[in-house]
Amino acid sequence: MKRVRIGNGCGFWGDNIDAPILLAQHGRLDYLTLEYLAELTMSILALQKERDPTAGYATDFIDVLSRLAPILKTQPNLKVVTNAGGMNPHACAKRARAIRDQAGLKEMRIGIVAGDDLLPRLDELLATGHPFTNLDTGESLESVREHVVSANAYLGARPIADALARGAGLVITGRVADASLSVAPAAHELGWSWQSADQLAAATVAGHLIECGAQATGGLWCNWQEAPDLANVGYPIADIAADGSLRITKPAATGGRVNIETISEQLLYEVGDPAAYLTPDVVADFTSVALHEVGVDVVEISGSRGRPATDSYKVSIAYRDGFAASGMLVVFGGDALEKSQRAGTMILDRLRRAGLEFAASNIECIGGGACVPGVVQPDLPPPEVVLRVSVRDPRRLAVERFAKEFSPLVTSGPPGITGYTTGRPPVREVFAYWPALVAKSAVRAEVSLL
Amino acid sequence: MPTHATVLPLSSIAHGRSGDKGNHANIAVIAYTDAGFGWLREHLSAAAVAAYFAPLAPTKVERYEAANLRALNFVLRDVLAGGASRSLRIDTQGKTLALALLQMQVEVAPSADFRAMLRPVAVAKS
Repeated sequence: MKRVRIGNGCGFWGDNIDAPILLAQHGRLDYLTLEYLAELTMSILALQKERDPTAGYATDFIDVLSRLAPILKTQPNLKVVTNAGGMNPHACAKRARAIRDQAGLKEMRIGIVAGDDLLPRLDELLATGHPFTNLDTGESLESVREHVVSANAYLGARPIADALARGAGLVITGRVADASLSVAPAAHELGWSWQSADQLAAATVAGHLIECGAQATGGLWCNWQEAPDLANVGYPIADIAADGSLRITKPAATGGRVNIETISEQLLYEVGDPAAYLTPDVVADFTSVALHEVGVDVVEISGSRGRPATDSYKVSIAYRDGFAASGMLVVFGGDALEKSQRAGTMILDRLRRAGLEFAASNIECIGGGACVPGVVQPDLPPPEVVLRVSVRDPRRLAVERFAKEFSPLVTSGPPGITGYTTGRPPVREVFAYWPALVAKSAVRAEVSLL
Repeated sequence: MPTHATVLPLSSIAHGRSGDKGNHANIAVIAYTDAGFGWLREHLSAAAVAAYFAPLAPTKVERYEAANLRALNFVLRDVLAGGASRSLRIDTQGKTLALALLQMQVEVAPSADFRAMLRPVAVAKS
């Protein structure tokens, strides 16, 4: 039976930059996928593009591609699919073309998938009966329209598969559903119809499992101490058969672990109803699959079931929502927890006296259960804690003033404060997330080749 | 069969993982054995999870089952104080929620022999 072997060498922008190279070298892959776009990455890329029309994509990918080029020469059948295009897949593809040409890989066609960016069409769409109602709150987009910086539909696997069918050896996309990076090569290579819901669901299971990189191979595993050599963790590979059965594994002689536990944990990662995992390609039923360990670091997955996709695309909208900063100081001593709470209150007190109230503020004593405040408490008083104070406000100047209120505490607060050498905390722009839907009929994916 | 109820952390009978979707988080709780899954199904209700995380003020907790994985999946709505970028908490994305839930102390009645729920050693060595 025909099979396709897809490895994912990048789980987010910021992931290990050597992983794609090692996976391409040792994975015996047909396809390498690289995933760069978290929920709010697009808003950051949108601002970069606003300042510079040739920017707005995941620049890490360009470095990775330069290093991949010699490998692509020795493995001419290896294809690469990535969403590194971000807000500007055409600009990303131009940079990629320069690398391709320099490396003597001229025969490698570069496919571009665009059309996900709805920002230029937002008012037209709003005026023609697409309200972009907030999926969580039911609010109308009108309330924040003027602050919107990005609005992207999550496209599916079809335009990527079209690019592959037209001969692309590298496909660069904007926003697509993460799992679709794997569904496209599987559907293209295995000759599936876009109505084969069970097969598309199987590839969606595969894509979902590998999209976060090492999270499928021992990373985050509750029993991580049993994963050999996690420092040398192998990135995940999905080996998918034409009938929709598949195996998840990793390259030989790498660290980490692929077993029922690691795969079960990752299968449910960032999932709502596991019986209805919605993508633009299919509604996958994760409760239908059977997992079997068929070897060391090999889990076979069978029985994937799916239903036809809905007639909407999910849309991720980001809008400006003021500014924020978080500063930290170390507080030592027998009463560190109480002291750091009081010191944090002093910071906000002093700002109040200077005439500043903030839209939102938070004092955390890290070491005292701050990750889940009020839920988990320390058994014994900690010898030191990290005081973290954060504010959010529409006024940048107010947040900048806040950032200056940490170091005074070193001489004018309780004793035992240290660790202030990192300087004033940076002020960052806040983007709020607005999830919505749009009719598929209103969006047209654009495929082109370089 | 034990003669007394046994108190133990949820992590003795289950593992899990948590993540975010906007301002919501999900927590997967996966039993090590069939007996453990039977116990979770009966005792780890959406209401119990909502009560445990009450200080984080989720507006709603939903529970889904994936019997094929021996898993329960909880969705905690509006629990991330704004979610990635907007939240002022150190854990903006709910990465730690699963480990926090696995620290929950649970009481297993003698009739529901807790030993049958513990992680089989064979799995540990595979």
